[in-house]
Amino acid sequence: MKRRIAAAGSAGPKVRSDCEITLELKSKGGIVFDLTSKVEALYGRSIKELCYEILKSFDIRNADVRINDSGALAFVIAARLEAAIKKLINSDLEYLPEFIKENRYSTTAGRFRFSRLYLPGNTPGLMINAGLHSADAIILDLEDSVSPEKKDEARILVRNALRQVNFYGAERMVRINQGDRGLIDLHFVIPHNVNLILVPKCENHDQIKIIDSEISAIRKKERIRNTVFLMPIIESALGIENSFDIAKASENVVALAIGLEDYTADLGVPRTREGMESLYARTRLVVAAKAAGIQPIDSVFSDVSEMEALKQYVLASRALGFEGMGCIHPRQISVINEGFAPDAQEIEKAKRIVCAFEDATRNGLGVVALGSKMIDPPVVKRAQKTIELAVKLGKLPLQMNK
Amino acid sequence: MAIKTVINAAGRRVPLKINGQSAVPFKGVGKHWPEGTKHSPPVPTCSDYPCDGNKVVRSLEEALRKCGLRNGMTISTHHHLRDGDLISNRIFELASAMGVKDLVWFPSASFPCNDPVINYLDDGTINRIEGSMNGPLGRYVSEGKMKGTAVLRSHGGRVQAIQDGEVKIDIAVLVAPSADSFGNARGTGGSSACGVIGYAKADSMYASKVIVVTDNLVDFPCFPMEIEGNYVDYVVVVDKIGVPEKIVSGTTQVTKSPDRLLIAELTASFLEKSGILKDGVTIQAGAGGTSLAIAVFVHEILKQKDWKAKFGFGGSTKYMINMLEEGQMNYILDAQAFDLDAVRSVEKNPNHIPYPVFNAYNYHSKGNLTSMMDIMILGATEIDLNFNGNVVTHSDGYLLHGIGGWQNCLHARNVIIPVPLFRDRIPVIVDQVTTLCGPGELIDVIITERGIAINPLRKDLIKSVKGSGLPVRTIKELKEEAERICGKPQKARFEEDIVAAIKWVDGTVIDVVRKIKTG
Repeated sequence: MKRRIAAAGSAGPKVRSDCEITLELKSKGGIVFDLTSKVEALYGRSIKELCYEILKSFDIRNADVRINDSGALAFVIAARLEAAIKKLINSDLEYLPEFIKENRYSTTAGRFRFSRLYLPGNTPGLMINAGLHSADAIILDLEDSVSPEKKDEARILVRNALRQVNFYGAERMVRINQGDRGLIDLHFVIPHNVNLILVPKCENHDQIKIIDSEISAIRKKERIRNTVFLMPIIESALGIENSFDIAKASENVVALAIGLEDYTADLGVPRTREGMESLYARTRLVVAAKAAGIQPIDSVFSDVSEMEALKQYVLASRALGFEGMGCIHPRQISVINEGFAPDAQEIEKAKRIVCAFEDATRNGLGVVALGSKMIDPPVVKRAQKTIELAVKLGKLPLQMNK
Repeated sequence: MAIKTVINAAGRRVPLKINGQSAVPFKGVGKHWPEGTKHSPPVPTCSDYPCDGNKVVRSLEEALRKCGLRNGMTISTHHHLRDGDLISNRIFELASAMGVKDLVWFPSASFPCNDPVINYLDDGTINRIEGSMNGPLGRYVSEGKMKGTAVLRSHGGRVQAIQDGEVKIDIAVLVAPSADSFGNARGTGGSSACGVIGYAKADSMYASKVIVVTDNLVDFPCFPMEIEGNYVDYVVVVDKIGVPEKIVSGTTQVTKSPDRLLIAELTASFLEKSGILKDGVTIQAGAGGTSLAIAVFVHEILKQKDWKAKFGFGGSTKYMINMLEEGQMNYILDAQAFDLDAVRSVEKNPNHIPYPVFNAYNYHSKGNLTSMMDIMILGATEIDLNFNGNVVTHSDGYLLHGIGGWQNCLHARNVIIPVPLFRDRIPVIVDQVTTLCGPGELIDVIITERGIAINPLRKDLIKSVKGSGLPVRTIKELKEEAERICGKPQKARFEEDIVAAIKWVDGTVIDVVRKIKTG
């Protein structure tokens, strides 16, 4: 017999900004609501109206709808109901909430990706304010942070979040699942202005090629103009060995990230704070990325209470050549952003070098000197990069660049 | 019989009589001049009291009987034991057993531990509560189950009502962490220490009868006394007046919520960039997680700039104590201690001074501390487009909080309200507050995670942060953003019946709360 009852979403004393919707299809009796909500006095009517409209769009006329709501926003309620419906009926229809105009921005290959905040794809409460914390990017994660039985509903929630949640200019990223599931994920997110797709457990360039062509097919079909960049995450020994190849697999690959939890597991060694076990992999990945002309991105730092240790980690990471890392808590963002940006002392030194270089060029001198010290061309190049970075970060006025 | 109502100066419909007593509608800020003289309790004589000064009686019941407890009396208590109070409920349990009816409970605040008084509202022992109502008590009142009409006053409004004789306390039952047999009492010492008991001072001076209840009887004199024995009729010694871990939090905690931290950081940044945080500043912040975070950020700024706050006004917490002890604050004047560090500090540090609410907040006096404060950090359940504030009801219409010192504090030079733009889908910034507790002309700045709104009346503040990079927006823009995210809420529905009156600091009625319409 065909299933007649299904549920989606979450409820419980600790759940906030979410709801659990249980839908039971009936053959008569119309739509009957059973709503429990702490915002019932303020939104009871609009919650029912929304659900009624969604059911109607799926041509459901008779059903019992039980909603256990803890202050879910409309896009969350819509996602939960759609997920429940799709557990019961086969349909390609989508109930899309309005795409807010603030979300219509594109990004560039070379933009900063110092900090990227991971958000579990099935936890709406963490999404709503995520854009406020000044991360360079927001990652809506469909992979490891979503349990297998929630994968389908997370896609719909993430899709709705991409349309409705203002991320205030942060680069809009989605981490898809591995393999075929990941390809299906793309159909849920690419039409809704994703800037970048994170490809987990990437081990060879074919994986990237398949994903890239799937994305361009979707873009063509949906007439999407914005480019969708790719960031493969290397999480195994094989992936490290193939990292340069992966980096070159598509022109849309703009960064390579390393995932050390899985990498150390693959090696069969524990991940230590000193990180000697992954030093080779990290430096290898940095070299591969730089050789390919893209950004090397470091793994996340998983102890959210250790801010000082995080700071040290960031400094070491930057010293190795990494240009950013993932964040698993908003508290980590400012430490990471500050850590990867050049500090005042570096900027000052770079300024002096660049000025000396410009003086030398103006005076037709072949050799650049700062005081009694000779400055080699690579040092000048590095100083120029630092100045460029400082200007982009607003740490130096624009004229300095000239 | 319909009660006559009028529209007050704030545009709210209020009754001219509350619980049979005539009431003055709100006339505007600073527009009501009181008349007459202060209330006086009956003149006592020493010949009624033991020469050896020993006023100890065997039990609370005996004390209540000796005070002549009878129908219709007003019983006052203070809230310094907070959620650990074991005595308030006991009073009404005894009264109920004695068959006394229609009492008025006049607490300085109520806490979840006081929920059992609902039983005594149900059985008729208590006619009404005049004080704060939280949680289930608020719900009970909002659903129209209380016989009399609740009256909510600020801490300052409460002492004003006592002083002016608007509320005549028949019996004050004052718990004291330490007391002597003569009735001198203080908030320190013993196992139920709460630091200070300043809220009880007015009760002790103006009540007809005063009972001090302690679990720590010390030798005469109990020193330094906050309540003086000359005002006290009876002393009762019990095993325990409170549950220590519920009286003060072991430690008050700075918020860990990244969203609230963001609001706190933005607040500190506003205080600095607007120039209101300066050397010699006077400041008051509460004990909520966000306020504590603000205190930490402010402390950092003071240290960095080598500035000192002239004084801070409590409720004190360890974060304020840190400023005092590390030299960024000269004095703490304190009406209540919120954590163990604060209790310890008030016991030991001569620059941490107990300061009765009488002197800080009473509007009918010759000046208040609050108008001397530069920076006042407050909360709110709702703020409207005219900057009016609500602290007692939620948008669903239910009475859920007391006013506390909130109304009194609005008289500070810069009233800053850091609030999230919405809480669990409920917008904080609304078209019109459900219940008016404070007029918008006294509220200066609203700081949310999505922007800062400055009251258009404060042109100076608006100018001071021009070009500062702070996300300044109009309150209308913030409201619209909240509604864009949450959806426009429908209005709560009310019956005509008035369940509670909200008094302004001068004793006039600024608004009422009506019975929730159910079904």
